[in-house]
Amino acid sequence: MTALDQPRPVSVADDDIGREKRLRMFRLLLELRLTEKRAYDLFLQNLVKGTSHLSLGQEAVAAGFALGMRRDDYTFCTYRGHAHTLARGVSMTGVLGELMGRECGVTGGKGGSMHLTSVEHGAMGSYAIIGAHLPVACGAAWSAQYRGTDQVTVCFFGDGTTNIGTFHEALNFAVIWKLPVVFVCENNLYMEYTPIGTVTAVEHPAADRAAAYGLPRVIVDGNDADAVFRTASQAFARARAGEGPALIEAMTYRHSGHSRADPAQYRPKGELEQWLQRDPIKIYRERLVSLGFAETDLGAIEADTERRVNEATEAAKASPPPPLSLIEKDVWADGGAAWRN
Amino acid sequence: MAELTYRDAVAAGIAQEMARDERVVFLGEDIGAAGGVFKATVGLFERFGPRRVRDTPISEQAIIGAAMGAAMTGLKPIAEIMFSDFFGVCWDMIANEIAKTRYMTNGQISLPLVIRTANGAGSRFGAQHSQSVENWAMAIPGLKVVAPSTPADVKALIAAAVRDPDPVIVFEHKSLYPIKGEVPDGETVDTLGTAKILRAGKDCTIAALALMVPRALEAAERLHAEDGIACEVIDVRSLVPLDTRTLLSSVGKTARLYTVEENPRLCGWGAEIASIVAEEGFWSLDAPIVRITTPHIPLPAADALEDATIPSVERIVETVRRTMG
Repeated sequence: MTALDQPRPVSVADDDIGREKRLRMFRLLLELRLTEKRAYDLFLQNLVKGTSHLSLGQEAVAAGFALGMRRDDYTFCTYRGHAHTLARGVSMTGVLGELMGRECGVTGGKGGSMHLTSVEHGAMGSYAIIGAHLPVACGAAWSAQYRGTDQVTVCFFGDGTTNIGTFHEALNFAVIWKLPVVFVCENNLYMEYTPIGTVTAVEHPAADRAAAYGLPRVIVDGNDADAVFRTASQAFARARAGEGPALIEAMTYRHSGHSRADPAQYRPKGELEQWLQRDPIKIYRERLVSLGFAETDLGAIEADTERRVNEATEAAKASPPPPLSLIEKDVWADGGAAWRN
Repeated sequence: MAELTYRDAVAAGIAQEMARDERVVFLGEDIGAAGGVFKATVGLFERFGPRRVRDTPISEQAIIGAAMGAAMTGLKPIAEIMFSDFFGVCWDMIANEIAKTRYMTNGQISLPLVIRTANGAGSRFGAQHSQSVENWAMAIPGLKVVAPSTPADVKALIAAAVRDPDPVIVFEHKSLYPIKGEVPDGETVDTLGTAKILRAGKDCTIAALALMVPRALEAAERLHAEDGIACEVIDVRSLVPLDTRTLLSSVGKTARLYTVEENPRLCGWGAEIASIVAEEGFWSLDAPIVRITTPHIPLPAADALEDATIPSVERIVETVRRTMG
């Protein structure tokens, strides 16, 4: 386990986050966890086809950032993007339906697990080519800057992305144009099947390279939703004030393998168990209890989330497959696919 | 009417759209104060300033990616890739991201953006700065592709590309930049997906693109003067959308088709046109369709070799003469 400070104890008196936001955070963490667990169950039942990349264990990054975002901010994420998409408010039915190839899916079944997108929620796409979305996020941030809004663009990516060219092109671009974009590296220690440390010249693949682009080195405990939220809020404030981009490395861990086909047997014995001790939902719940939140309130949120996931699952299952008329729809802006007169 | 070079007409087309629409922004390497390596963007930086005309680092992926992100959030970017060969560097952005986004998001995201680039041979630059790669773009669903051959067309097709709601790639030909032609005064906009019959004829149809258009016209002139063969010359102009109506109708009249392209032999756009005409116009044909292309080789640099590689007026004349019987 990478050494990180243990979450600092918080007392009610110095609670800078507040009761309402903490409950929203708890609810969101649970929603991300339970929806993805359900996606896995549905995969085992052969109702989710293709592939899926779960982020079980990494929920605090998605939740912590989303809670600090405004409705009109933009999110760009990777193929491991279920949580980031849900965290922007996209419905569980829309996500589960998309994974199951149903009409109710957020992109009508045309995108699939790796391309969840909901523009009305600011979820501007999940990108399945490593690193592709970093420059695209720069473009969205440039547009916000040009239009004179103070929207922030948040761009999530994995540790493996830091070794691809777009990472470096995008960082440089964002700095020289002083763009309101926050790059977030979710360092879950593995580049697909390979420990990131064995293929990277520096210990912290994102943070250690920040200085090369004139940015501060920021590492945050990615399993501590509060710490993530505080770090995100600072970066957003700077970006909205026109002070430019940030690069944040959030240390976290995925509980399952890279994708559905991966049992993750390459991991050293005991590593998962150690990280499960620092499960973001477990530690958040403990903190809420220590802050005086009632067990009954937390239990009610847990039961309610479980119920909502069940309902979403049934709604998605009941949704028909997409109509075949979608096949030749929306290649072009006229809604069609005609390439000749 | 003013006489402009093709390069000045490019700048005029961009300026026309930037003046008309504040959402139009322009980015690329050396396009600003330097006016572009081919001097096709001179004056834009002075007129519109660094907020709208943005010099970038040598970061092709970032240029195209940023154009995409800007297009999906309310701007209408024009991105320049200095040489079309460099599409290889940012092909993921063009082929995997931009081309597929509208479809994959079920129509949620529009990408009204333009990518301009200098295509084609004739400058002795060798195999990595001389290719014609319009067929790469043509093969990907979701991209529109135009390749103008005259100053008037390049101005008005750039304007059409900027106003189009889909991603459009404009292939300018680097050997056409110095040529001059009449360009209508004032605001001009063309229509994507339209071919033009530049010379009427009854004996055969020659379909050409970009630099091959003036060569086909000159060949037609000679064939008429020396052999009495009346060639109909079509400037294809737009590969996607493709104006098959004009092509099929012309072959219906002439019964013979020649395509002239700079692409290497395999999978050039001429093959697609030949295939369409064979499928849909077969009974109007009097002879096999003939494709005039470069051989299937990377482009050589030396004058003698490059000139012998790219279809010349002489090669067009000889091919038509030999096969017309």
